[in-house]
Amino acid sequence: MTEPNEIEAAGTERNQQKAAVRWIAIGFSVSAFASLALAVVYFLGGQPQLEGTLLAIALGGIAVGLGLWASELLPKGPFVEGRKTLHDAPVDRHEAEAAFEGDPEPVERRSFLLKMLGAAVAALGVAALFPIRSLGVRPGRELYKTHWTPGARAVTRAGTPLTVNDLDVGGLLTVFPEGHVDAADSQTIVIRLDEGEYEDPPGREGWAPQGFVGYSKICTHAGCPVGLYQQETRELFCPCHQSVFKVLEGAEPTAGPATRPLPQLPLGFDDDGYLVATGDFTEPVGPGFWDRDHD
Amino acid sequence: MIKRFVRGMDERLGASSFARQALNKVFPDHWSFMIGEIALYAFVILVLTGVFLSLFFEGSTGEVVYEGSYEPLQGVEVSRAYNSVMELSYDVRAGLVMRQIHHWAALLFIAAMVVHLCRIFFTGAFRKPREINWIIGVTLLLLGIFNGFTGYSLPDDLLSGTGLRIAHSIALSVPLVGTWTAFLVFGGEFPAEDIIGRLLVVHIMIVPAAIGGLIAAHLAILWRQKHTDFPGPGRTETNVVGSKLWPTYAAKSVSLFLAVFAVTALLGGLVQINPVWLYGPFRPEQVSSPAQPDWYMGWVEGALRLMPAWELRAFGFEIPNPFYPAVLLPGITFLLLYAWPFLEARFTKDLEPHHLLDRARDQPARTALGAATLTFYTVLFFAASNDLIAKLLEVRVETVTTIYRILVLGLPPVVGYVVFRLMKGLLASGAERFTQMPLSAVLHPRR
Repeated sequence: MTEPNEIEAAGTERNQQKAAVRWIAIGFSVSAFASLALAVVYFLGGQPQLEGTLLAIALGGIAVGLGLWASELLPKGPFVEGRKTLHDAPVDRHEAEAAFEGDPEPVERRSFLLKMLGAAVAALGVAALFPIRSLGVRPGRELYKTHWTPGARAVTRAGTPLTVNDLDVGGLLTVFPEGHVDAADSQTIVIRLDEGEYEDPPGREGWAPQGFVGYSKICTHAGCPVGLYQQETRELFCPCHQSVFKVLEGAEPTAGPATRPLPQLPLGFDDDGYLVATGDFTEPVGPGFWDRDHD
Repeated sequence: MIKRFVRGMDERLGASSFARQALNKVFPDHWSFMIGEIALYAFVILVLTGVFLSLFFEGSTGEVVYEGSYEPLQGVEVSRAYNSVMELSYDVRAGLVMRQIHHWAALLFIAAMVVHLCRIFFTGAFRKPREINWIIGVTLLLLGIFNGFTGYSLPDDLLSGTGLRIAHSIALSVPLVGTWTAFLVFGGEFPAEDIIGRLLVVHIMIVPAAIGGLIAAHLAILWRQKHTDFPGPGRTETNVVGSKLWPTYAAKSVSLFLAVFAVTALLGGLVQINPVWLYGPFRPEQVSSPAQPDWYMGWVEGALRLMPAWELRAFGFEIPNPFYPAVLLPGITFLLLYAWPFLEARFTKDLEPHHLLDRARDQPARTALGAATLTFYTVLFFAASNDLIAKLLEVRVETVTTIYRILVLGLPPVVGYVVFRLMKGLLASGAERFTQMPLSAVLHPRR
C-alpha cells in the first residue's frame, strides 16, 4: 500500500521532470535558432560581436539542455565501484623481471656487449645533435660591434642626415648609421643638451660636440629600446623594466634592474656639417652576456 | 540497432566486456574535479580555432605594404606575419572572432591548469600512486606557458616583438651557453629573420603534439588508477562513489565542454584581446608603453622588474642580471614542482598509496607552505604592473618597486604563519566550517 505522502512525492517528481523536459527543450531550440541566426549573420558579411554572442548562445543552449538532462533525468546514483589494489601479485612481478632478463643463463660477456651497445647509441646521439648547429650563425664578434664606423653619418630611420640645426636644445632623435637604418644593434639616441650643463666624462672628451650626446638606445638590462626621455630631469627611462639612466652623467643607471650605463657613441660633425660618429661604441651594446668583457 | 552495433563490434574486436566496464565506470561528483576538465576542453577549443587560424597566418618576416581595410595603417611597411594577422582580423569573415576565442581560450587553458594544480596540491592528490600524473601535469603546465608565449609572439606586432627581444636577452644571459643558445634559437643577432617561421612550427606542431600526447597519457593513467575522492560517508580507500560514465557523467562532461566553449565565444566576440592594430608593426627601435605580457608570464616579468641591479662578475666573466629572475627563478620553481611529491613523501615518511584526499586543514604545514608560495608568485604577478600602479597612485615607480620588494619577501612568511595557525585551529576545534570555528581555537590551538 502506498502512503499518501509518497504519492505526493511521486507527483512532485513527475512535475519536476515535466519542468526539466520543458527547459531542456527550450535550451535546445534557443541553440538551434542562434545557429540559424549565426549562419545569417555570416552570410550577410559577418560582424564579430554578433558572431561571438550567437555562437555562445548556440553552444550555451546545448550546454544548458544537456546539463539539465544529466542532473534531472538521468540516473543519479550515487554508484559505488570497487577499487582494486594497483599492484599485481608478487609472482607476476617476478615473472616480469625474469621476462625482462630474457635468457635464463646469461651469454658470456653480456655486460661487455651491453656497454659497447651503450657507447654506440651514445655516439649516435651525439652525431644526431649536430644538425642543431645549422640553426644559426656562430655568435663570433657579432655582439661586440655595431655598424657605426668613423665618419658614418647619423641618419633618421627615413635616411635623412642631420645638421646642427635639425635638433633644438632639449630635443632628441633616434639615429642609425647611414645605409644601415635596419640595423637594430646600431640604434642610437641623440639628445641635444645645453652645452653649459654637460661636461664630458673623463676619457670621452670631445664626444659630444655642441651638446649633441649619443647613447645606444638598447637597454643594458634586457635589450628593450630606452624609449622615454624626461626633459626636466634629463633621464632616459626604459618602459619594459623601469631602468633609469642619467643623461648628464654618462647614462649611468640610477634605478631599476640595469647594472651598466648605456654605451656612448663618440659624435662629431663632418666637413659638410653633418652629424657623424667618430668611431664605434667602445663596448658591446645591449644586454649582458657571459664573456662580454672578452672582446 | 544498438544490439546490432554491439554484436558487430564484439565479433570483430571482442570489445563487449571492456565497453561494459568503461560505460559503468564511476566518477566522483565533486565540482573541483571539473577544473582539470576545463583545461582539457580549453585545449580542444585551442586546437579547433587554431587550425582555422593556421590556414591564414603567414610565418614570414618578409616586408610587404599593408593595403587592408584598417585605414590608419594603409601604406605602412609591415611584415608578412603582421599583414596576415591584420587580414585575419579585418578582412576574413569570422577571423577576428576565431583569433580572439583562441587567445581567450589560451588564457583560460593555463588558468585552469594552475587552479587544477592547486586543487591537486592542497588535497594531497599527488601522493603515491599518482606521482607520474603529477609529473605529466607539471610538464603540461610548462608546455602550456611556453606555447602561450610562442603564440602571442607570432603576430610580429610591437608588443610581442618587445617580448621576443627580452626572450633573446634572457637566453643571452645564461652562462657559457647563452650566446650560442640565443643565436641558434633565433638564427642570429636580434631581430633575426628566422624566428617567426620557427615559432610557427613550434607553436602549431611540436608543442601541441606533445601536449596532446601527454594529455592522452594523463587520462589513461587516471583511468587506470581511478579518481581520488574526498573522505565522507561510504567512501573508503577501496571504492569510488559517484556517477557512471554513461550516460550521466558523459552528458555532464559534454555540457561542460559546450559551456566552456560558450564562455570563450562570448569573450571572443565581446571583449577585445591583443589588438595588434593598436600596437602597430614591430620596429626594433620602437617600444610600446606600458608593456605587459599575457597573465601567465606576469610572475617572470614581475621578477625581472623587482630584481635589484646586482650581478656576479669575476675573472672577467659575468652572470648578467636577467639570469636570476628569468632563468634561475623559473628553473627552481619547476624543479620544486616536479620534486614535490617525492620531497613530501621523504619529510612525512609516508610511502603508502592514498586514494582518499586530505582536506586543507588535515595537513597544516603543506597548506601553509602552499599558501605562502602562492603569495610569493601573486606579489610577483602584481609587480609586473609597477609602472601602472605608480601612474595610478601618482607616486614614483621606484617607490612602488621598493614596496613590492618588501612584500615579495615579507608577505609569504606572514601568510604562511597565519594559514598554519588557522588550519591548526580548525583541525583542533573539529568544526566543519571556518565560520563555525571558535576564535579561541586559533589563538590557543593546543587546548
